[in-house]
Amino acid sequence: MNDREWRRLAKGIVIIGGGQAGLSAAAELRKRKYAGPVTVLAGEAALPYQRPPLSKTYLAGEMALDRLWLKPEAFYARAGIDLRTDMRARAIDRANGEVICEDGSRIAYDDLILATGGEARRLPIPGAQLEGVHVLRTLAEADALSAALERAKTLVIIGAGYIGLEVAASSRKRGKEVVVLEAADRPMARTASSLLSGWFGAIHRGYGVDLRVGAAVNRIVGEDRVTGVKVADEVIEADLVLIAAGLTPNVGLAQAAGLDVSDGIEVDAQARTSDPHIYAVGDVARFTLARYGRSVRLESVHNAIEQDKAAARAIMGEGEPYDPVPWFWSDQYELKLQIAGLIEGSDTLVRRGDPEEGRFALFHLKDGALIACEAVNCAPEFMAAQRMIAAGARPDPEKLRDQSVAMKDFLS
Amino acid sequence: MAKITYIEHDGTEHGVDVEDGMTVMEGAIRNMVPGIDADCGGACACATCHVYVDEAWAAKAGERSSMEESMLDFASDVRDNSRLSCQIKVSGVLDGLIVRMPEEQG
Repeated sequence: MNDREWRRLAKGIVIIGGGQAGLSAAAELRKRKYAGPVTVLAGEAALPYQRPPLSKTYLAGEMALDRLWLKPEAFYARAGIDLRTDMRARAIDRANGEVICEDGSRIAYDDLILATGGEARRLPIPGAQLEGVHVLRTLAEADALSAALERAKTLVIIGAGYIGLEVAASSRKRGKEVVVLEAADRPMARTASSLLSGWFGAIHRGYGVDLRVGAAVNRIVGEDRVTGVKVADEVIEADLVLIAAGLTPNVGLAQAAGLDVSDGIEVDAQARTSDPHIYAVGDVARFTLARYGRSVRLESVHNAIEQDKAAARAIMGEGEPYDPVPWFWSDQYELKLQIAGLIEGSDTLVRRGDPEEGRFALFHLKDGALIACEAVNCAPEFMAAQRMIAAGARPDPEKLRDQSVAMKDFLS
Repeated sequence: MAKITYIEHDGTEHGVDVEDGMTVMEGAIRNMVPGIDADCGGACACATCHVYVDEAWAAKAGERSSMEESMLDFASDVRDNSRLSCQIKVSGVLDGLIVRMPEEQG
C-alpha cells in the first residue's frame, strides 16, 4: 500500500487529553511520519501548556502566560494536528472504534491514546468546599489561586509534597504568611529520603514558613468563606487554603469502557492497555517498571514525554519496551532539586557535598548498585546518576563521596 | 526582537524572529525548529538544547555560567563555542545571531 492509499484508508489516531503527554504523542506521531489524521481532545479551554511553572515561576509572577504554551497556536495547523480545546470525551465505543465527544459527535480511530492525566485531590473533610479553599492542577486553578493570593494575608497549605512546598516558596516570594500542614512525620514523605526531607523542612522554616508535621487536618472552618483550619484542638487562622494532597488519576473513561484499571490505567511496556488498539500514557498510566521490578504510576514531565513516544513507536510498529530511569525536579527558593530513580529499597546512603553549602547529592545504593540520586543544586551529579542507574553501575561509595573525583569519570 | 538563524546539522537553515526576553532555546521551540529538544523546559537541567554559537557572536552571547559549564560535560561533541541555548537571553544585541546544532542532543 502506498502512502496516499494508506492515508485514504486510515481513520486516524485520537488522543484524549491535551496536556504534556497528549501533545507529545501527537508531535511524535508526526515526527515518525504518521500520515493519517491525528485528533487531540483537550478538556481545558487553553492551548496545551506546561504545568510545572504553575506552582513555581508562574505563581510567583515571574513568568508570563504566553511562555507557558507548549507550542505556538500556528503549530497545530502546520503539523496537521486537529486540536479541539474545551472538548471532553464522554465515552469510548470500543466495538465501533469511536470516541463519543461531549457534544455527541463521534470520531473514529484506528488507535486511541488516553492521556487523561488526573485531577487535584480534594480531601473528604468538612469545609473542603468552602469559598477560599483551592486546589492546583490546571491553569485556571493557578489563575484563581494567584488572584486570591493577591488579596490574602495568610495561606494555609494542606500537604507538604512538591506542589505544597513549591506554592509555599512562591507565596513567600509574594510576601504572604504561609502555614504548611503535613499529616506525615516529614515533608515530601512519599518521594524523598528522610535526610532530604529534614533539610528541606529546615530551609522552609528559615524562609519563615510555619511548617508543621504530624498535623492531620480535621476540618476546614468557616461560614461561607474559609476562616481557619482545624488541627487537633487548635484552629489556625487562614483567609486562603490550598489543598495539596496529590492527584486522582482520571480513569473514568477507561473504566466505563471495560479496560483494566486500578490506581491508574494498566498498560504494558508498549503503553498498551488491555485493548490492543488503546494506549494510555503519562500521569494516568500504571505499568511495571522492569528496572525496579515494581508497578508504578509516574507523575512527571519526563514520563509524560517518554511514555507517549513509546506509544507512538508501538503504533508505528517500532515498539521497543519502555523501561525508563524515572526523574523528577522541583524548584523551591533558589534550590533546584533533581531526583533520578526510585529510592525505595535502598540499603546504603552516600552523601557527596556539604548541605551547609547549599549544594549536595545523596546517592542511594541497593546491593551495591546505584538505584537513586537526590541532587540539590548539583546537576552534574544528577546527570551522571541517571546514566549510571541506566547502566546498572556499581560505584565505589568512597569515590562517590570524594568531590575531587569528577562525576563524568564514573561514566567511562 | 532579534533575527536568529538556526542551522541544523545537515545544513538546513531556519531564520526566525525571536522576541526580547525569550531564550535562544525558546525561539527554536516556539518556531518549530528541529534539533533542540529542551527536555527540562529551560531549567539548565538536561543538556538537550546544546548549540554551537557562530564565532562572530561568541562574545555577544555571553559567558557560560558555572552551572552551564558543568552541564555541558554531559553533552556530546562539546567545543569551545558550545552553549546551552536555554541560557542565552535574546535582546537586540543578538540581532543576526547564528547558531548551529550538534548531530545529536544528550
